[in-house]
Amino acid sequence: MTALEFDRVSRQFATPDGRVYRAVDDISFTLEAGAFVAIVGPSGCGKSTLLNLAAGLLSPTSGVIRASGDALDGLNRHATYLFQQDALLPWKSVLDNVALGLTLGGVPRAEARARAEQWLARVGLSGFARHYPAQLSGGMRKRAAMAQHWIIDRSLLLMDEPFSALDVHTRLSMEAELLALWESADSPAAVAKKTVLFVTHDLEEAIALADEVVVLSAGPAARVVARHPVPLARPRDLMDVRTTSAFVDLHRALWMVLREEVRRSQRQSEPSRG
Amino acid sequence: MADVVDRLEPGARGPRRQTILLWQVAVGVAAVALWEALVSAGAIDAFFVSRPTAIARRMWMWSGDGTIWRHLATTLEESLLGLLIGSARGIALGFWCGRSPRLAAIFDPYITMLNAVPRIVLAPLFLLWFGLGIWSKVALAVTLVFFVMFFSTYQGVRDADRVLVDNVRMLGASPRQLVRHVLVPSALTWIFSSLQASLGFAMVGAVVGEYLGSTRGLGYVIAQAEGTFDTTGVFAGMTVLAVVVVIVSAAVSRLERWLLRWKA
Repeated sequence: MTALEFDRVSRQFATPDGRVYRAVDDISFTLEAGAFVAIVGPSGCGKSTLLNLAAGLLSPTSGVIRASGDALDGLNRHATYLFQQDALLPWKSVLDNVALGLTLGGVPRAEARARAEQWLARVGLSGFARHYPAQLSGGMRKRAAMAQHWIIDRSLLLMDEPFSALDVHTRLSMEAELLALWESADSPAAVAKKTVLFVTHDLEEAIALADEVVVLSAGPAARVVARHPVPLARPRDLMDVRTTSAFVDLHRALWMVLREEVRRSQRQSEPSRG
Repeated sequence: MADVVDRLEPGARGPRRQTILLWQVAVGVAAVALWEALVSAGAIDAFFVSRPTAIARRMWMWSGDGTIWRHLATTLEESLLGLLIGSARGIALGFWCGRSPRLAAIFDPYITMLNAVPRIVLAPLFLLWFGLGIWSKVALAVTLVFFVMFFSTYQGVRDADRVLVDNVRMLGASPRQLVRHVLVPSALTWIFSSLQASLGFAMVGAVVGEYLGSTRGLGYVIAQAEGTFDTTGVFAGMTVLAVVVVIVSAAVSRLERWLLRWKA
């Protein structure tokens, strides 16, 4: 089953000086249901545009995006979206933030809160239900945000460099928690694993987490320049996986491709776009 | 957990706050003492500036015979009504304009124009339209409060974080839920922050209105005193007004702190 399909999708923006900026150009790819796919590319290559298109927050200038087979019109109701920035509502407690997706969907408040408590326990935030987001550390806010999105149990999870603002060690533990959640796939409604589209500029992170790595060209008019499956067994130990020969070989092969794109993007004096 | 952001204990702030309070009192006492001393020494004429002891005696007399309470109640009533009506209108229009760039573009020149009108020139018109009673003063307060609230709300709705909006939409919020969970709270932070300023403007509006034509209120008391060159009465009226503003501001800032308690 196909979870997400980009069919010759292009997206243009009008620049302030009246020209047209082609962020992504004629991109086609499919995501199989249950796959964990990472997209890497130099900064300004249109990675975030791609995710916003997949989420339905942006509509394509041309081409079609299909979510679980249906052409997307408006927001993608099969997907949730974990943003790079903090997106918890600062005026709601951690508990109410996590329960928000449920209460918006009409789940009674008491039940929503009870389920949110369970999710807080799963991400290790049991004692912080009554705290406000500003009272938590960056890593804890990310965990709360993960719970906020996993609780509504959509089949597609879009992630836009979610851990890039965290320090190296917090980041490693967040990556491990993400994989543990994804691999457990024991949410009551979902029989299959969630499909994950994970955007990052960090090739190591991409290989360590994903089943498949997609390399985008430097923008403007980003295209797919390489697609490689990741031949690493699951469950993975993120502490050790980076030193295995399979990891090192793939990293070298993909870096050859990515390096050229990073150079190209550095040469361009175009204003960068996410 | 160790990674919770460290927050200052209330106790840790105590000594510093007390020191500041001490200095605040000291500055006030010194200024009043200097004033009294200069008048007593004959350096300045009490006819023009009165003297603190006389002002205090006058205020004591007013509170004793109860006249001041009636005037104060009138001023507070006008201010509060002005604050409520002005806020309601400012917030409503600010919200609409924040939501619709077209509406904002249409109203923009008119709002700039109206905001540029000196309110004092409106006072006689309001007297003509609404009479000598409280409503001409309420109207004056409304014209001041409206703009503060309008600009705050407009800013608050426009400044709602794009990511928060997108995130809540992805979580399944309908347009109405988006307004309730993101846009209104976002605007409220701006509105609460301008509550102090609005309240001050409401009282200014009420007192100026009373000053220019009324039969009750602190502005009336001050105007009456001025009419008889009673500088002690003028200063006593101003002092009552100042004390009330300080008390009300403290209450509002406490309310504001509680409403915005989620801000670390």
